Amino acid sequence: MSASARSQTIDISLTVNGRPVQASVEPRLSLLDFLREELDLTGAKKGCNRGECGTCTVLVDGRRVNSCLVLAASASNHEVVTVEGLAKDGELHPVQQAFIEADALQCGFCTSGQIISAVACIEEGHAGSTEEIREWMSGNLCRCSCYPQIAEAVEMAARRMEADNA
Amino acid sequence: MSHQESSVISEKVTRVDGPSKVRGEARYAGDQKVDGQMHAVPVLATIPAGELESIDAKQALALADGIVVLTARDMPRLHPDLDNITVPPLATRHIPMQDNLILYEGQVVALVLAPSLALATEAAKLVKPIYRTHSYINPEHQVPQSADPARGNYSGSGPLDWTKGTPDAAYASAPHKVKSIYTQPSRHANAMEPSAIVAHWHDGQLTVWDSMQHISSVQITLAAVFGLSIEDVRVIAPHTGGGFGVKAFVWPHEILAAMASKVCGKAVKFVLTRQHMYNMVGYQPQMTQHMALACDEKGQLAAIRQDVENVTSLTDDYVEFGSAAARSFYACDNISISQRVKRGNINLPTFMRAPWDGPGSWALGSALDELAHEAGIDPLDMRIRNHADTEPQTGEPWSSKMLLECYEEGARRFGWRTRPEGGTRDGYWLRGFGMADCSQGQARFQSSAGLTLTAEGTAHVASSFCDMGTGPATIFRQVAAEALGLPLSAVTSDHGQTGLPAAGPTYGQSTTISTGNAVLMAAREIKAKLAAHLQWPVAETVMEDGCIRRNNERLSIKDAMKLMGMQEIASESTFALPGGAYVDMGAPGRPARSFGALFVEVLVDPDLGLVRLRRATGVYSAGRILNPLTARSQITGGIIWGWGMATMEGSHLDPERGRWISRDLAGVPIPVNADIPADLDISFVEEFDHEAGPLGARGIGELAATGVAAAVGNAIFDATGARLHDLPITPDKILGALRLV
Repeated sequence: MSASARSQTIDISLTVNGRPVQASVEPRLSLLDFLREELDLTGAKKGCNRGECGTCTVLVDGRRVNSCLVLAASASNHEVVTVEGLAKDGELHPVQQAFIEADALQCGFCTSGQIISAVACIEEGHAGSTEEIREWMSGNLCRCSCYPQIAEAVEMAARRMEADNA
Repeated sequence: MSHQESSVISEKVTRVDGPSKVRGEARYAGDQKVDGQMHAVPVLATIPAGELESIDAKQALALADGIVVLTARDMPRLHPDLDNITVPPLATRHIPMQDNLILYEGQVVALVLAPSLALATEAAKLVKPIYRTHSYINPEHQVPQSADPARGNYSGSGPLDWTKGTPDAAYASAPHKVKSIYTQPSRHANAMEPSAIVAHWHDGQLTVWDSMQHISSVQITLAAVFGLSIEDVRVIAPHTGGGFGVKAFVWPHEILAAMASKVCGKAVKFVLTRQHMYNMVGYQPQMTQHMALACDEKGQLAAIRQDVENVTSLTDDYVEFGSAAARSFYACDNISISQRVKRGNINLPTFMRAPWDGPGSWALGSALDELAHEAGIDPLDMRIRNHADTEPQTGEPWSSKMLLECYEEGARRFGWRTRPEGGTRDGYWLRGFGMADCSQGQARFQSSAGLTLTAEGTAHVASSFCDMGTGPATIFRQVAAEALGLPLSAVTSDHGQTGLPAAGPTYGQSTTISTGNAVLMAAREIKAKLAAHLQWPVAETVMEDGCIRRNNERLSIKDAMKLMGMQEIASESTFALPGGAYVDMGAPGRPARSFGALFVEVLVDPDLGLVRLRRATGVYSAGRILNPLTARSQITGGIIWGWGMATMEGSHLDPERGRWISRDLAGVPIPVNADIPADLDISFVEEFDHEAGPLGARGIGELAATGVAAAVGNAIFDATGARLHDLPITPDKILGALRLV
């Protein structure tokens, strides 16, 4: 590909954590690199850049995706929520709070992705039991190996959110 | 501080960095941004042995304005000061891009800089190196050799040969004996955060944001690379996204990033990819352990031999001292060990969780199980019979050891004595039960901490330690709060940068014992200063509930300080080791080690060879536990690491091309949430280790990952009758063995 052909950009317009964002991006730019490099939203991490680890998980229209596998251009006209967008008026999301209480994080590098994934896992109705949670949270690796605590945190948050909605 | 119930230590305190991490606000090295920064992407050698003849960068440079391609010619030469830095903390003496020699596949041959990551990545692919190849030396095929003390200092950390008594004669005449060879592949750490560094020169001074486990190592090494004074290097690392040993020492990419920044005059951000983590930093080396054990009719050990070989690079001799297990675990009059290396064209291995005792406990813990079965003795009774009351190598008393209590409590909680017979069916599954010793030598490092108490009744801890998720930022506040009688909320802290009192490293499960003791000593010094001002004997002075008290006399800290006309009292203390040592393994004459007993139940599907962890019980003797919440997470994490080692993980070299066959998280499986049952039963015996340090604590981080592979292998044997000697124990190996049973 010649330099001139590659220099074309695409105008995109999306919502990130409730805020409208307009940008002109290279077609090859991933949503993860867009968030991290262009918007300086560094909560989503790059653990592998090929969809194996889940540290880059964000919500697109409420669905959890590996943002390293999504092009920024294809997120145009969609709603993106990152871990930075979960707390409301400074108040932690129940999943965030449960992760602290259950000690479901150690180094913290996978935590943003785990939390976003947990929010979606609960929303999908996949938090009915510890076994179900363990299965549906297995796309997010944790090398500190906090798995029992992560499952506990997701269950804790799910029960609290159920009670709040009852 | 008295050893009594207290309000802050021993409480389940949540992590102080929890809120910033769950909000995604914690900034790691790769999250840093400096105005005008350049992104670095390396060009890596695609051959394992040879010379770089030339590099064609024309296409890369033509891609866009602002691209820089650095080759060996462009890089500054290493300053002679670097000769004074030992290996370690310099990870390897071989720094790429100083000459044209290629010693391993993946060695950096050029560094591409560009204003955007995408551009740098694309340009790096267009750089065309031309090589002249040499014949490849596959380390795994080499004859084991003695380590050379001139190839780095790794080989000097333990005995390469050691014998006590007459093990060969004792083995020959014993009634029960086993001889087997245990093997394990190289394993990569795969911390979730790939290593990253941002280097920035400004007015002749160097600042780096780095992903690491020891601030001072990076500071002194980078200063030496450029012949700077130490004060001219600033190192910042508030968070490290997991290290597990491979961020402990200073690897070439850290030096290359700093050089590149110096050459191009801009900040350089060098974030390794997952693929780079396979050959630009270390890993646990492939090992072969020759075991020979013998015992008498009652199970008393008559002889232990542990002869260990590991692969290493052509550049430095890294020795994986698995034989630490034979020297330390069991009482025996006749012990012999040796350590040999096999050199070849690969990148250098390194310490990885859990070094030495991790691999060592796999071989020894498995061989002892074999011997117990040979002799018809329960594996737990075998261990009780051979309990090492004193340190086997020296005969010296331990600092503290409550392993017998761990055995008893573990057996009770697990139901070891009433377990079903191995091979009992549960549906398709065969049940198996196994146990093993967990044990890790306790390193203590010289470490300093500052502490300030203010008239407002607040306190501030300052020390350069790294918190990579092990929790020191939390527990050191607990230590200060308890010693000064303050609520935890009144204590703040700074860590993870130069300019603070120099802490020891965050590895070798040494942080709590080293820096924790320094914090406690600083708090005691503040208390002594207050008592002296009040003319109270310090022994009668108590600090509690924000007050200082002697008998019925009680002053708030505010009033006490007002009385003394002071706004704050500061102290700085160093946990200094006897003889001015930088590191030791316990006080002289009182070797320190952490202990534990792990019991596991596994399920094996005899038709498919699948193996599942059903439950585990671990009981540990590790001195005083400062925070049961974070301690539990450390231990469960270690057990899961051990499960990965036992049943999943391994990195293999292409025998022709000398490259790691898989360099990702798809080809190299590591445990996921679904692999791990919720039922991990963790507890600690109550213990206060006066000899290891005033805090009463020892380490747990490495301990947790020892013994697991042996316990799992022993349980698989119990379930199936098949003894697997090669890690990881995967379905194909189980099925192969079952055909032979």
